Amino acid sequence: MTERAMILDQVRRALGRTAGQAPAPAPPPRFRIPELSVEARIESLFCQLDKLGGKTCLAGSAAEAREYVAGLIGTKPAVASNASLLKECGICELGSVQSGFTDRDKLRAACAEAEFGITGADWALADTGSLVLLSSPAEARLISLLPPVHIALVPRSRILTGLDELLSTVPRPAELSSSMVLITGPSRTADIEQILVRGVHGPGEIHVVVV
Amino acid sequence: MGDSALRRRPGGLIGLERAVEFKFMPRASLFVTCIVDQLFPDIGVALVEVLERIGWEVDFPADQTCCGQPAFNTGYRDEARGVARHFLKVFRDAEYIVVPSGSCAAMIARRYSELFEHEPEWLEEARRLEPRVWEFSKFLLEVARVEDVGARLEKVVTFHDSCHGLRELGIKEGPRRLLGRVRGLELREMDISEECCGFGGTFAVKFPEISGGMVRTKLDSILRTGAGAVVGIDASCLMQIRGALSRAGAPIETMHLAQVLARR
Amino acid sequence: MATESELKIAATLADGRLQEAIYTATARLASHRRAVVATDVLPDLEELRTQANLVKNHTLENLDHYLEQFEANATARGARVVWARDGAAVVEFLAGLVSEKNARLIVKSKSMTTEEIDLNERLAERGTEPVETDLGEFIIQLAHERPYHIVAPALHKTRYDVADLFTARLGVEREIEIEKQTKIARRVLREKFLAADIGVSGANFLVADSGTVVLVENEGNIRLTTTAPKVHVAIAGIEKLVPRAQDLAVFLRLLGRSGTGQPLTVYTSFLSGPRRESEIDGPDELYIVLLDNGRTRLLADREKRQSLYCIRCGACLNHCPVYRKIGGHNYPWVYSGPIGAVITPQYLGVTHQPWLPFASSLCSACAEVCPVKIDLPKLLLDLRAEVNQAQARQGRNRLERLAFKMWAWLMRHPRLYEMAGLMMPVVLSGGHGWIARLPGPLNVGPARAWLSQRDLPPAPARSFRRIWRARQEARGN
Repeated sequence: MTERAMILDQVRRALGRTAGQAPAPAPPPRFRIPELSVEARIESLFCQLDKLGGKTCLAGSAAEAREYVAGLIGTKPAVASNASLLKECGICELGSVQSGFTDRDKLRAACAEAEFGITGADWALADTGSLVLLSSPAEARLISLLPPVHIALVPRSRILTGLDELLSTVPRPAELSSSMVLITGPSRTADIEQILVRGVHGPGEIHVVVV
Repeated sequence: MGDSALRRRPGGLIGLERAVEFKFMPRASLFVTCIVDQLFPDIGVALVEVLERIGWEVDFPADQTCCGQPAFNTGYRDEARGVARHFLKVFRDAEYIVVPSGSCAAMIARRYSELFEHEPEWLEEARRLEPRVWEFSKFLLEVARVEDVGARLEKVVTFHDSCHGLRELGIKEGPRRLLGRVRGLELREMDISEECCGFGGTFAVKFPEISGGMVRTKLDSILRTGAGAVVGIDASCLMQIRGALSRAGAPIETMHLAQVLARR
Repeated sequence: MATESELKIAATLADGRLQEAIYTATARLASHRRAVVATDVLPDLEELRTQANLVKNHTLENLDHYLEQFEANATARGARVVWARDGAAVVEFLAGLVSEKNARLIVKSKSMTTEEIDLNERLAERGTEPVETDLGEFIIQLAHERPYHIVAPALHKTRYDVADLFTARLGVEREIEIEKQTKIARRVLREKFLAADIGVSGANFLVADSGTVVLVENEGNIRLTTTAPKVHVAIAGIEKLVPRAQDLAVFLRLLGRSGTGQPLTVYTSFLSGPRRESEIDGPDELYIVLLDNGRTRLLADREKRQSLYCIRCGACLNHCPVYRKIGGHNYPWVYSGPIGAVITPQYLGVTHQPWLPFASSLCSACAEVCPVKIDLPKLLLDLRAEVNQAQARQGRNRLERLAFKMWAWLMRHPRLYEMAGLMMPVVLSGGHGWIARLPGPLNVGPARAWLSQRDLPPAPARSFRRIWRARQEARGN
């Protein structure tokens, strides 16, 4: 008997079920999705990020967004993803920004040297101050992970009220990507004497620019 | 009967309803608990005093012994069942069973149906009994519906929330309301009133160092309040705390809620 | 005569610094939790707990179905699902993979399941010890210790301990500032992440309807472990299943809050298969190991299978007055606190460490905070009865059993009970007197144990029932 067959057999015996037996009906999933205006969502998002030590910027235009990012990165090396929003805001044209990576190894090398990782975000979650990033040809995973500072641009129309709304909108994340990551503030730990330290392995600084 | 009971009871009209409800004086059966019976009889005396003062008659079924909790908690279910059956027999006809202990009340009201899961007749008895079991403070507030028992005690006290009472019977605000009506009494909350005192029945003697460590943490918190007494609803907790206070040489008393309310 | 466990416990209780560390760390975690589950912040806490309990109950009762569904969906996304009956099977598999891939370096993120099967030790024996990347786990790996707490593995270590470890094992200059120590770890581990051939993780949840592995963390080491190396292996107990991604709305809302007081941990990863064709980075291969290791045995116990609902938040530890005194290393297995006290006998047998289910005052603080409403006190009570039954069969603990039989008999005979009660003053007056002078074998009884920590109450003149009888007689009743 394979391990698989043995384990399944033991499970069935433990439960008094037979192979192929339909499951009992599952309790329906539970959501709580409040009604919130876009302004209220932005306010909540920024408030939560603030508590987490994240930085925020409400950009009234693509130009404003570009200016904010330019002000941050100066001439320091940065890697930007291939997100269309970044192109629209002219981020990829900024002097020290490298983007357009399609090769994994080259991307990794660039990220390892970069001071800033600039990405878009597929959604943001207002009640927890989170960003939602799907891995795709437009968004590589390491950009929001390796460089010590992460800058994310997110369209205001993509701010959901929270995880409940996200999962209600996206019931099967697997259909969209092999990786969906919720990023809630800068990397942190309190493993030594319960003292909070930011920037352990992931970015210690995070900027969310709502466009 | 009616008149003197009414005069003694604050609440006038409520008293009348009660008097009409019962054709004679309302009566409560006291389950004094083995620990109070043998080690702290004054708590039982105080409880009777309070109930009589508010116009209740108290009877004491003489054959009572124990609720069975020590055996149950130590994993001896058959022994616990034997003792529980005796309890069920003794209190079969009691209308209200008043208990000066959250853990004993919880044992009877919560665990008896578990004990007799496989014995339908005793299960039935246990179920019938459940709604009639009242921890003392709950009895005062929810059955007798009295908050002011006319007590007076000039003292600064702090209150220990016994675990079973708190988490199984929801006893938290009740005793505080009752204490709030005691003339001259000042209640100062300790910062960890809900932390276990470390008694836990046989735990106290099976793991004495851990139990001792737990009660000493409690003691530190009590001392920080500056109170002259610790009040609680469970004699076993009070025994644990009192024993530790005494060992530490701290001049702080322990008092059961009943003893506070009995003071005039 | 103290057993080894008793001596260890005594040593922990006597260590003032350690007591302080355990108490304040758990107090902080508990207080953070309180802040985010308060009624004004999370008004639907009770509903969430009820729903979580219901979903876990349903999932486990139909586990075979969900395991198969998970396997089908994960496989459809390109993952390879491996079934392992026990730790040895996992090690076999991993060792085989290491060999196949010519892997020289394995990085690993925090996983209690891997601790349970001593994965690091077993792989070390085969020549490739994985490097722990969670800061707390990294520290205790250097110290060759087991985790002290389900969520905070190095809770018992001071910055000075860490400084010593880093100097001795990493060859760096002594550094006592915590922020700088973290930067050292970051630097050392980054090299490993980027050079590793295989990344091993656990799994917080396995989602049946998507074949998704869900992982939560604060540091970013899980993301790096599961992204940088070309091969990712996720090891999960079969109880980690949940039916739908949508159910995570409830579980994720409870997990962070209960464990550390965070509405969400910093990173929550939903991994469904290895990287897709068009994606730029991510692992080329994903193996998901479904581990039994006794879970099917727990599943067979209707009453006690609820311990499998556990989502490993650590809240019960933070609120347990016993854990807060004895700390994680006094529990005999890798799982500590109330959940550890329950599942250790379930997995390893009740006679393995028969004292464990009794090391609790049954205060129920754990049950009050458990996000999935496991009735831990009830399980402890059930286990106590089982321990006694097992010991009766083995002919052990005779004295105590006899004592309770006699006690129960006495309690059923009121007149005899009363007579026995007359002995009370004699016992209580024992105090430090005659009890202290008892010879050796009798010196370890309950009275002695009591007296080691506190005084006995004074003897009352009469029992309550005698007072009552006298009063009734006086009233002519």
